[in-house]
Parts: sequence; structure tokens; C-alpha cells
Amino acid sequence: MISLTVNGKSYQFDLEPETPLLWVLRDEIGLTGTKFGCGVAQCGACTVEIDGRAMRSCSAPIGALDGASIVTIEGLSADRSHPVQKAWIEEDVPQCGYCQSGQIMAVASFLKANPNPTDEEIDANITNICRCGTYERLRRGIHRAAALMKA
Amino acid sequence: MDGNIALSRRRFLVTGVTATGGLAVGLSALPQLGDAATVSATPWDDDGVAPHELDAWIAIEPDDSVLIRYQRAEMGQGSMTALVMCVAEELQCDWSKVRTEYASANRSVRENNVYGNQASVGSRTVRESHGLMQQIGANARERLIQAAASRLQVPAGELTAANSVVTHAKSGKTLRYGELVGDAAKIKLNKDVAIKPPEQYTLIGQPMKRVDVPAKVDGSAKYGIDTRVPDMVYAAVLACPVPGGKLANVDEAPISGARGVIKVVKLPNAVAVVADSYWRARQALAKLQPEWNTGADGNTDSAQFNAEYRAALDKPGAVARNDGDAGKAIAGAAIKLEAIYEVPYLAHATMEPLNATAHWQADRLDLWVGTQMANNTLKALVGIMRMKPEQVHVHNAFLGGGFGRRGGVDEGVQAAFVSKAVGKPVKLIWSREEDMRHDRYRPQAAIRFAAGLDPQGKPVALSARVAVGSLFRSNNMPQFVKNGVEGPAVDALATNPYDIANQRFEVHLKNTHIPVSFWRSVGASQNAFFLESFVDEMAHAAGKDPVAFRRALLGHRADWMKVLDTLAVKSDWGKKLAAGKGRGIAITECFGSVVGCVAEIDLTPQGKLKVERVVYAADSGHAVNPLTIQEQMEGGTIFGLTAALYGKITVKNGAIEQGNFDSYQMVRLAQAPKTEVHLALTGGKKWGGVGEPGTAPIAPAVANAIFAVSGKRVRSLPLMDQDLSYTRTASL
Ligand code: FES
Ligand code: FES
Repeated sequence: MISLTVNGKSYQFDLEPETPLLWVLRDEIGLTGTKFGCGVAQCGACTVEIDGRAMRSCSAPIGALDGASIVTIEGLSADRSHPVQKAWIEEDVPQCGYCQSGQIMAVASFLKANPNPTDEEIDANITNICRCGTYERLRRGIHRAAALMKA
Repeated sequence: MDGNIALSRRRFLVTGVTATGGLAVGLSALPQLGDAATVSATPWDDDGVAPHELDAWIAIEPDDSVLIRYQRAEMGQGSMTALVMCVAEELQCDWSKVRTEYASANRSVRENNVYGNQASVGSRTVRESHGLMQQIGANARERLIQAAASRLQVPAGELTAANSVVTHAKSGKTLRYGELVGDAAKIKLNKDVAIKPPEQYTLIGQPMKRVDVPAKVDGSAKYGIDTRVPDMVYAAVLACPVPGGKLANVDEAPISGARGVIKVVKLPNAVAVVADSYWRARQALAKLQPEWNTGADGNTDSAQFNAEYRAALDKPGAVARNDGDAGKAIAGAAIKLEAIYEVPYLAHATMEPLNATAHWQADRLDLWVGTQMANNTLKALVGIMRMKPEQVHVHNAFLGGGFGRRGGVDEGVQAAFVSKAVGKPVKLIWSREEDMRHDRYRPQAAIRFAAGLDPQGKPVALSARVAVGSLFRSNNMPQFVKNGVEGPAVDALATNPYDIANQRFEVHLKNTHIPVSFWRSVGASQNAFFLESFVDEMAHAAGKDPVAFRRALLGHRADWMKVLDTLAVKSDWGKKLAAGKGRGIAITECFGSVVGCVAEIDLTPQGKLKVERVVYAADSGHAVNPLTIQEQMEGGTIFGLTAALYGKITVKNGAIEQGNFDSYQMVRLAQAPKTEVHLALTGGKKWGGVGEPGTAPIAPAVANAIFAVSGKRVRSLPLMDQDLSYTRTASL
């Protein structure tokens, strides 16, 4: 049995230890906000927070996560009130939206460690793919979220 | 009614049991009404009639909240917001009380095609439907007014409608829409009422936040891949690596008894493994080694295709345009130039890999899928699964990217057959590798240009012969090929408005076994690169500035001039840049809009390229939602830039070599240029599309900037395969 805490709730799983966290979240728990994009840690659509760090859940086997605490997009806030979510709405960032759960989780985690990010730091740390090409607004959203966090 | 159906038709699906012991959790996210219109996180309806319907398009609740149905697809292009704005503009309702959802393809079948064309393709959603949607809103308003007139016993002409309230100014009496909808629903108009002229718009033309954004920041927006239906199982699928090949045999022994595996389903060209979880299905599939019949196609490769496309340029093709006598004019010209350009196949690589969830029953088929063409998907399933149209229910989801790929059929038919084979609802998901290797690609193409200029550098003739795959033949629509020519092959090429007296364009429609189809901006995706690079060559051969050279050929086109001039001003065209930096310009017209851009680059002598700034100008005539237009140009830039820098699908042993984002790279934040978008609207009768055009001009703008810095002319893409190093000289 593998124990996980997801968005504050405890779960127990009897699954193959190599099962990626992504599929446990989506198929076992039903938290479909975390997306599958590549399965090989390339795109970041599956980004969640594992013990406080942004990780690509498609490449995180649950066997290595026994006892871990996970936050998904659904757990970021109950009402879209996290500063990154607010900034995303204000800047109208998402287009198709499919990458955005991962983007938001990556940015939320990044801003915790870098409350005043430069563009260079953003470039180096936010490497998720957005096929719709929302990068212009995404960058603005990151700066706005950083400002909101201070407000 | 079957219990599964009753459950599956519920708007907010709640999951029940999980096969492998996880605690079941129900999730339902309702949109919150703020000061903006919204869409449900689950955008499809139950194919039925809503309470308080005025008609199939509009329902008004007693509290005045308005449901406006959107009949096409939302894949991030923002048309869901734009078309609902068109209705609300005329309905004169309170925008903050508007909610939208997809119009049902099944209902359209049952109600005499009430929703018409439901496709979001060819950047046509708004330009084709804005008038219809304005009319729907106007007629609805008129019916509400007539209902109020009979209720108040006053002439309809004395009533006005605004903000969801009908007012009789003389008496001061008011009636809310929610109080009138029942009566209004019974009123039939003899003829359409007039719609507003553009100068009276109050909502159209305003930058409105998109209705789908809130559901896309909290994980609640439901894409096809998020479908959860009671009793559902999962399928992973592998098709013959060589497109067109067939499954010969598959030995199931390696996975017999594997935990969770339910069944191996053989399809004509693919094998699917069904299991109680997607991960188990995928793992099991990876252990199979199917044998395929690939035929001669299995011996082909890109080097051979490249040679064949080039060779085709030596033979005369079908004539797409012939003004004057280009051959003669070039032969007699003072300055002559000639060049061959080439581009590879490209994949759509939508962020959400193709997937579909099907529940086949003897008398009913439900398909949950993100499709750009809900009614075509329905029609295709009717034919292939041999069902009656009214038995097929396509529940369209949000699309995790479309770009021309999501037709709902390739993946939908697989899911339907697999569901039929196991007798349960099945969610079938393509791996990223499957998605990349079984796309319908932007075609490979080659072109040879020739041009002649007079001694003053004025072009007297332009000719080109292009070899490119036929999209229509590949998509089983050969009737759209006329005399060997089809529109996409010469869009943004033979359609150019440049004032050059002698022009000739010839086409070789030439397909391989690799299926080709519509890829964001379609023909313009390669043709704008070809033509605008070659026009730049002509400008330099003439010794003219690229903007001035184009202006001299476009005096008769006010819209092109407006875009050009906007670009020149906003990009600081002509202003000196530091060594190693340069600008390039390109302009084109496709899907009814004129778009151009200036790319500003930094290129080191070692050939390291960075696109630093991009300035766009666009003329779509009118703008329903200027915010969306900006977003589409920004996104189009990145889509086109990804193709220009990295895009390349190649073939070896008949199969696609690339499989994931490591071998098919994408522009990420670090490579994304600063982008600004300026609307240069010319109004009038023009309502141009905006989803696709922005993709087209970025590649030539970057290539022309590379020439400006280095003197190197790039004639084939992607740029990552080109040696861009140069020796810095004082003159450059
Ligand atoms: S799905 Fe995990 S990084 Fe792409
Ligand atoms: S918004 Fe579509 S992939 Fe990012």
C-alpha cells in the first residue's frame, strides 16, 4: 500500500509502484485538472507540487512517493483566488488552456522561491510548453502575480 | 432508460468506483457569475431542450440569466466568446448574466439542421456566422418586445429593450426578459428584423475577457481526455507505423494474465489494449510486437521525397494563374533572379493528444471528444458504425488545441469500435508518440521562382512552379481539386496583389503515402514563407528597401498599405540597430485578413539566432473582440516561429521518425520574442478570420531579418538545420 496526501486528503493505493503519479491523480482520484501532454517530462502539462516542489507527475512513480504530500491545480485554491490564478484571469492568459494547469502550478511554486523574478530567471525556470503560444501573456501574468503576492 | 446513459448525460459527472482501490471523489465545478459571461466547465449539454427556451439558441431564466448556445468549437481561438457577443449585441441583454454552452449536434440532426454548420475550420467561425448570430439576437429581442407590447397593451414601437429589460418610456412600465420569455417563445416573426449597422455597436468591438478563461485556471474545464463515465475502461492504441499499412498479426501471449488487462482489440490498421487503467493499458501495449503489412510504402524515406519534389519542378504543372507572358518578360528583363525553396512536413502536435471516449450500444452511440467539427464527426460515425443519425450523440468538450487536427473521426472511430468490442464505455488515448506519428501533416513542398526586373528595379514578371501535396485528395474530397489545382496549394502565392504585370503560377499536386491536411494557416504556412522571402530577394536585387519596394507595388490596395505603414511606424523600420541585429518584414493575406509582421533578431557571427521582438499588424476589416485578435496573433507568431526554427517531420522506412517533444521541439518561454499587435482595421464589407493568419508571416520575416544581418538567404526550413554563421563586415 502506498499512502499519499493529495490536496489535504489521505489516500491509499495498491498499485504497481512504477505507476506515474499523473495517472493516479487523473484516473484513480479523478483529479483531471492535471494534464497528460507527453509522458516523458518534456512539456510540463502534468506539473504538480510534491512536498512543496513543482514536479512533472508523468515521470514521478508513486513507489517513490510513499507518504508524500501533493497539491494539484484543484488544491491551489478553492475559488480561483491564488494570485497566479487571479493574474491569469486578469491577463486573459489561457487559450486552449490545456497546458495552463501545469503552467500555473510551475509558476506558483517558482514565485514562492523567487518573489521578485527577473525575465532571465523566469526564462530559466518556467520551461513548460504552450502550443497555443500564450507566452507573451504568461510572462505578464507572472509579473502580475508576483505583484499581487506582495499586495 | 439505461442507467449508464442517465448518469452519463448528467452535466457534471461524478465518478463512482475506481478499479484499483483509490478512493472515489466527486468533482463538480460550477462557474461563478462575476461581471463577465461564463461557460460551464463541462461545455456540452444533454442534447435536450432547456427550460425557458425562446428557441434552440436562447433560453432565459426567470432571474434573467441568459443561455446562448454556441454552435461551433472552442479550441482557444476565442470564437465562443465572439459569437456569443454577436448575439448579446442585438439581444441587449446583461453581459454579466450570459452563460454559454455548445449547441448539440444531435439536436441539430433531430431538428432539421437547426444549428447549421458546426465546424470551426478555415478561420471561418466568426466571419461566416457573425451575421447569423446577430440576426438570432435581433429576432429574439423583437419577439421579447412584441410579447411586452401585448402584455402592456401598447404599440411595440413605443418600447425599447436594454440590459435585459423592456421599457415603455411613456408609462414608465418595465418588464424583465425573464418575465417575457414564455410569451415570446410563442411569437413567430414574419421576417427578420434589421440588425445594427457597425456604428451602433456597443459590445462588438470591445475587448472582452474570454468566457472560457475562469474554467481554465482552476483545472475544472473539461477536455475530451477528462471524460469520466461510469463503468468506463481505458484503451491504449498503436497503429501501423507506416501510414496506410495494415495489422497482419499480433501475439497476445506477452500480456496474457497481466494485471488489469481486459482485452486486445484488433483494428484493421491498429491494435488496442483495453485495461482497467490507462497506465496498465499502455504498459501492456508496449509489450506487444504486432506484425504489419506495409507494402512498398515501407521502403520510402525523406531523402527520396525531397528528390522527387525537386524533380517535379522540372516539368510543367497545372496553371493556377497566368497574367501576360511571364516567360517572355523574364527572358527580356534587365535583372533576372531565380531560386528554389523547400519546406518539410509538419505535425500539429496539439497539446492534448488525440483521444475519445465512446459508449457503443446497439441503438445508441455516445462519443465524448474535442472536435472542431461536431456535426461532421456525428455524420462520419453514422456511416462507419451504421447507425441512425439521431442515435449518435457527440458531446463536444473543450479542445486542447485544434490547429486543423481535431476532426473527431480518427480517434472517435477507434474508440467506437473498441467500445463495441468490449461492451463498455472506453476512453481511448493516443500517446504523444502515436499522436505525432499518425497526424495528418502540413504537406512537404518545393517551389522554383523566377522574376525579372527592369533597369530601375521595378519588377516586370514573376513566375513560380510549386510541388505540394493535395489536401483535398488526401482527405477524400477530390471534387475540390479543379484542373489539377486546389486553393490551398496557391493561397498567399498566386493570390498575391503585387502590381506585377506578368505573373504565372503552376502547380504539381503530388502526394506520398503520408496523409496531409489543414495545418494552422494551411497553404499560407509555406507559401507566405516562399513568396515573401522571394519578394525580399527581388527588393535586394533592385537595390531597394523592402518596405519601399512593396509599397510601390501595393498602391491599389488600401488595406495592404495600411498594414505595411502600421508595421513601418510601429517597428521603427529604418532606424539603425546595433551590429548583429536586424529587421525583416513580411506581409500576406489569407482567410480574409491581411497580416504582416516585422521581426527583429540578434544573430551572432557563429550563427546563434534569437528573435527578440515581433511587431504585428492585422486587418480583419472589423473586430468583434479585439482582445482575442491580439491573442491569436501572439499565439500565431509562436506557432509559426516554432515551425520556422524547429519544425520538421521526416520519414524513414515509410514511418515518421519524430515521436515526442525532444525530437519535435517547441518554442518555450525563453525563445518567445516580445510581441506587440496592432489592429489596422479597414472596416467595410470585410470580416476576416483571425485564428490562422498570424501563423503565416513570421517565418519569412525572420528569414528576411537573417539576410539583413548576415547576407545569407535562407531558402529552406527549419532554421535549426541551416548554417547561419557569417563574417561580420562593415557594410552589413
Ligand atoms: S506530461 Fe509530464 S511533462 Fe509532459
Ligand atoms: S493554452 Fe493551449 S497549450 Fe497553452
